[in-house]
Amino acid sequence: MKNLLILGAGTAGTMMANHLRSKLYLNKWKITIVDQYKTHYYQPGFLFLPFDTYTENQVKKTGKKFIPIGVDYIQKKIEKILPEENKVKLEDETLDYDILIIATGSKIAPEETEGLLGPLWKKDIFDFYTYEGSLALRNKFREWEGGKLVVHLTEMPIKCPVAPLEFAFLADSFFRKKGMRDKVEITYVTPLSGAFTKPTCSTALTYLLEEKGIKMESDFAISHVDNDKKEIVDYADKAIPFDLLVTIPTNMGDEVIERSGLGDDLNFVPTHKHTLQSEAHENIFVIGDATNVPASKAGSVAHFQAETLTDNILLYMKGYTLKEEFDGHANCFIETGNNKALLIDFNYVTEPVHGTFPFAKVGPLKLLKESVFNHWGKLAFRWIYWNMLLKGIAIPFVSRNMSFKGKIFDIKKSPKTN
Amino acid sequence: MELNIAGVNLDVTEDGYLNDLSQWNKEVATEIAKEEGIELTDKHWEVIAWLQDQVKKEKPLSVRGIKKSGVVDIKQFYALFPEGPLKKSTRIAGVPKPKSCI
Repeated sequence: MKNLLILGAGTAGTMMANHLRSKLYLNKWKITIVDQYKTHYYQPGFLFLPFDTYTENQVKKTGKKFIPIGVDYIQKKIEKILPEENKVKLEDETLDYDILIIATGSKIAPEETEGLLGPLWKKDIFDFYTYEGSLALRNKFREWEGGKLVVHLTEMPIKCPVAPLEFAFLADSFFRKKGMRDKVEITYVTPLSGAFTKPTCSTALTYLLEEKGIKMESDFAISHVDNDKKEIVDYADKAIPFDLLVTIPTNMGDEVIERSGLGDDLNFVPTHKHTLQSEAHENIFVIGDATNVPASKAGSVAHFQAETLTDNILLYMKGYTLKEEFDGHANCFIETGNNKALLIDFNYVTEPVHGTFPFAKVGPLKLLKESVFNHWGKLAFRWIYWNMLLKGIAIPFVSRNMSFKGKIFDIKKSPKTN
Repeated sequence: MELNIAGVNLDVTEDGYLNDLSQWNKEVATEIAKEEGIELTDKHWEVIAWLQDQVKKEKPLSVRGIKKSGVVDIKQFYALFPEGPLKKSTRIAGVPKPKSCI
């Protein structure tokens, strides 16, 4: 009997348990999944909680429900991975593995920014990347009377890179509906060169910021938070004042990766970007936010990765060469407020394009264009997540690699300018 | 789009970043730096070499990364490439501008 061990029962780990449970002979392989937490959160819902669009119960369920029968689910803290011995130390026992899948995700590290965890944390400074942060922000919004709302992104990479922008759009809608938009000044602050950094997107989407009256501060690399003056300050001593700061702190991989000496500076595990095998150990595979691959950290990416990784684990078990298949495919809805959304589809090399999705010409979803349909798609996705995605059921007509059907590559090179 | 520097046509993005690092050389860097209002010193070249190395290793570029580079600290980085140091230094180094997914 051999052991396949999965660390982390979040989106990626749970999907892998479901995929492999149906592919492996249980008399040959024992599948075990470890996660210290009881609750599985629908993380995309954290974007909606602050605006009272979703309730607490819509974004959390008991994790065990999604782990298939036949897979051993251990709810304990992971102390250390010992890759040289093929063992993983838990709080009170040690597990052996023949194949290890690391799916320990990423999380916010507010302690990385000076002053962020100061006296204003959870009073006037909030995150919405945790359940607790998102709920605390909801309570704040319910009673907030307006002022300077600063939506701030610390540094890349972050989980769901579009979420901060979506947050700014939804905040605009939210305060309009409340009839107090004139009392709220919204500023979007990014360390990048703008809100839209890819040419296709800046051409198609820059109007959104103007339309919504959102102010923009780019190239802002935060040095510290001044709790007394209520300002964020960058390394060039530029200060941006706030009454309410919603920040996306630095994102890092789990501490267990650091304790095990398996990560880079940000505790992400160096991983082959097409096979998902770890760079350092051939029997360790990595999926989802835990990897350092240059794809977006998002559930849709983990979903596409899971299909490739399942095939590669089966190939590895038989001693075959792995498929260099994963192309960085991501497919994300972007809420733009007023019950509309955009949809983007891209991979490692292709920027988001125009067109229809998933069917050429028919759609019904439109790429890179605001529509009500896309917004329904985003809301429907919560059902798909709990009922299909986690269970490893393929989403009909959406393939693991990016498809080029029905897509318009309309960003032409400009004429020669000398 | 193309940009003509020192008699050579360079393939660049709409915002003036090289599409192909193999077209980069010190002369190109010096000219782009001039456009950005920067005169390159030894320290600039060290930062440029570090940035190119990071990109070849497919590591994401961030101001935080600079802190850990051992080449310069963040204050120096801002002094070398004022106003948007990451944006300017990457353009001069001939590597892609740090991007989000949109």
